[in-house]
Amino acid sequence: MSHFRSDIRQRAEELIALYPRKRSAMLPLLHLAQENDGYLSEEGIAEVATLTDTTAADVRGTASFYDMFHLEPVGTYVVGVCTNIACLLAGGEELLEHASATLGCAVGSTSDDGLFTLEETECLADCNLAPCVQVNHRYVRTTTPDAFDAMVRDLRDGRLDHEVPRHGTLIRVKRQGGLRVAKEDLARERASALAARTARAETAAPVVAQAGAPAVPPETK
Amino acid sequence: MSVLNAPPIVSSRRDYVDSFTLARYLDTGGYSALRKALTMYPEVVAAEVDAASLLGRGGAGFPAGRKWSMLRRSAISYLVVNGDESEPATFKDHYLVERDPHQLVEGVVIAAYALQVSQVFIFLRGEFALGLERVQQALNEAYAHGAIGSKIFGSDFSIDVVLHPGAGAYICGEETSLLEALEGKRGFPRIKPPFFPAVTGLYGEPTVVNNVETMSNLPWIINHGGAAFAALGAGRSTGTRLFALAGDVQNPNVFELEMVKNTFRDLIFDPALGGGLTPGRTLKAFIPGGVSAPWFGPDLLDTPLGQDEVGNLGSMLGSGSVVVLDDASCVVRATWRITKFFSRESCGQCTPCREGSGWIERIMYRLEHGGGRLEDLDLLLDLCDNIAPGLTWPPQQTTICVLGPSIPSSVHSAISMFRDDFVAHVNHGGCPHD
Repeated sequence: MSHFRSDIRQRAEELIALYPRKRSAMLPLLHLAQENDGYLSEEGIAEVATLTDTTAADVRGTASFYDMFHLEPVGTYVVGVCTNIACLLAGGEELLEHASATLGCAVGSTSDDGLFTLEETECLADCNLAPCVQVNHRYVRTTTPDAFDAMVRDLRDGRLDHEVPRHGTLIRVKRQGGLRVAKEDLARERASALAARTARAETAAPVVAQAGAPAVPPETK
Repeated sequence: MSVLNAPPIVSSRRDYVDSFTLARYLDTGGYSALRKALTMYPEVVAAEVDAASLLGRGGAGFPAGRKWSMLRRSAISYLVVNGDESEPATFKDHYLVERDPHQLVEGVVIAAYALQVSQVFIFLRGEFALGLERVQQALNEAYAHGAIGSKIFGSDFSIDVVLHPGAGAYICGEETSLLEALEGKRGFPRIKPPFFPAVTGLYGEPTVVNNVETMSNLPWIINHGGAAFAALGAGRSTGTRLFALAGDVQNPNVFELEMVKNTFRDLIFDPALGGGLTPGRTLKAFIPGGVSAPWFGPDLLDTPLGQDEVGNLGSMLGSGSVVVLDDASCVVRATWRITKFFSRESCGQCTPCREGSGWIERIMYRLEHGGGRLEDLDLLLDLCDNIAPGLTWPPQQTTICVLGPSIPSSVHSAISMFRDDFVAHVNHGGCPHD
């Protein structure tokens, strides 16, 4: 019996199939576990362990390395305010303090209504719009305290639901198409390309790139 | 005077609001380079990139062509794209993945063909939710368009490209740490040797790890030729580069500039670029290539934006991010915040980095917030010397990766350049700016 919702369980199995080794799907699977529960629950960790042929301790030990994984429940909206160098120079610390007052929770904690968790983040790579704020890893172009308060009101009233999904949902675009290329086909292709290349190296002068040179005709099959 | 006449190579679609869609990409010549590349022998594609002398755009500036040539011949090999952009004040890859994901995808498939790898992974920073969605959408569209998958554009080449989200760890930008994360483990950098993933990489197989911007240059290089790319810039620094300008400037943004032809003064003060400082302020210092780089003072404003031009002056162009500090900003506060970053992001494997970063951060904290002592300055330099002996540049290393030796850069720079500011903090019992 799967702890994951059936659609998430299906995505999880599809994800694993993309990698040469199951364990490689660990980070994307942990993101899915967070999408399922909003954080990494015991059940979610156990399911990832089963899916990757590892143990719960191993999964937890891996997850704890990464800032985006929450081993405790968090709010529906995790608000991150950056105070790194570019944001520091643009008032990031002051905005973080303001955010704490507005949300009614200390940095690193969750508001009483369970709606917001406030985090101080490292550089979010959006420095031209410093100070940077993300809600559930969606950038919100909030640079003033007033705009921040307006955003919080919008979040409370559900006006940003289309932009900001609940915490845990990271990639809403589903991978489409059978991108998987059969191993045997690939091996055959690579082997014949390599053979052709070896033959070229033995028979022809070394290949030198020339700007604007006409393209070499396709290999004969 | 700024030289702004070079063609935009990676930011040519910046004025289109729909720059990230397949329709716009095809409308602006998209996927023509991939079609062309597929008619060339793989080694000719690689030779073209080698002829371009494209330096890796991630930070270390290793020539992409040489990295490719080191790929060990093996039945199985991988291409991994490093999109874990986390160096503070660097936001060029963020721009590229959100605004031009198809350009990245096309570059990636070209590289995969040239290298004949078995599979491609695009490792993208987890915090880039929109970027992840845009790249996944681009991959879906590219598949439907026949640009990824089986028998690409009717050729004999097939490849699978998988988008892999990171989960919030600066260290995963280090290529061996990134590979560990991609193997589903904690992101601990691997012990060297082996030095090059091209020999021993993902699952021990040969792996090329290239930056997002590096990949994004490939469509242009194939369309116009390596020589046309190499004709831009000067010396070892060819082509153009995205510079991310942040901090105390009027117009912080990402600018694509021809390498070497412009200086830091152009970038910061040209009205078409940074637009200068807030009126009435003067420049105190700037960081030329990410917070891991030693700082420059106003006397080095006329340094050209080139790899060796900056490297020869004891710093680095690094990730291409320039942070400006004006005279109203507190250098002690800025330094403290940078050390706090490294202390938070140290992975904890090596003692000098794990312990040193925390000690340095706490001393910097008390200098900034009150309680600092004059002897703290020597203590800081001594700690820095323990992490990177000699405090030379490039730094000596006592750790597995270069995160550790990056910690002293800002501390050493700030104390060397602005000792008086530190002394003022000690005498004032805290920050005089507060």
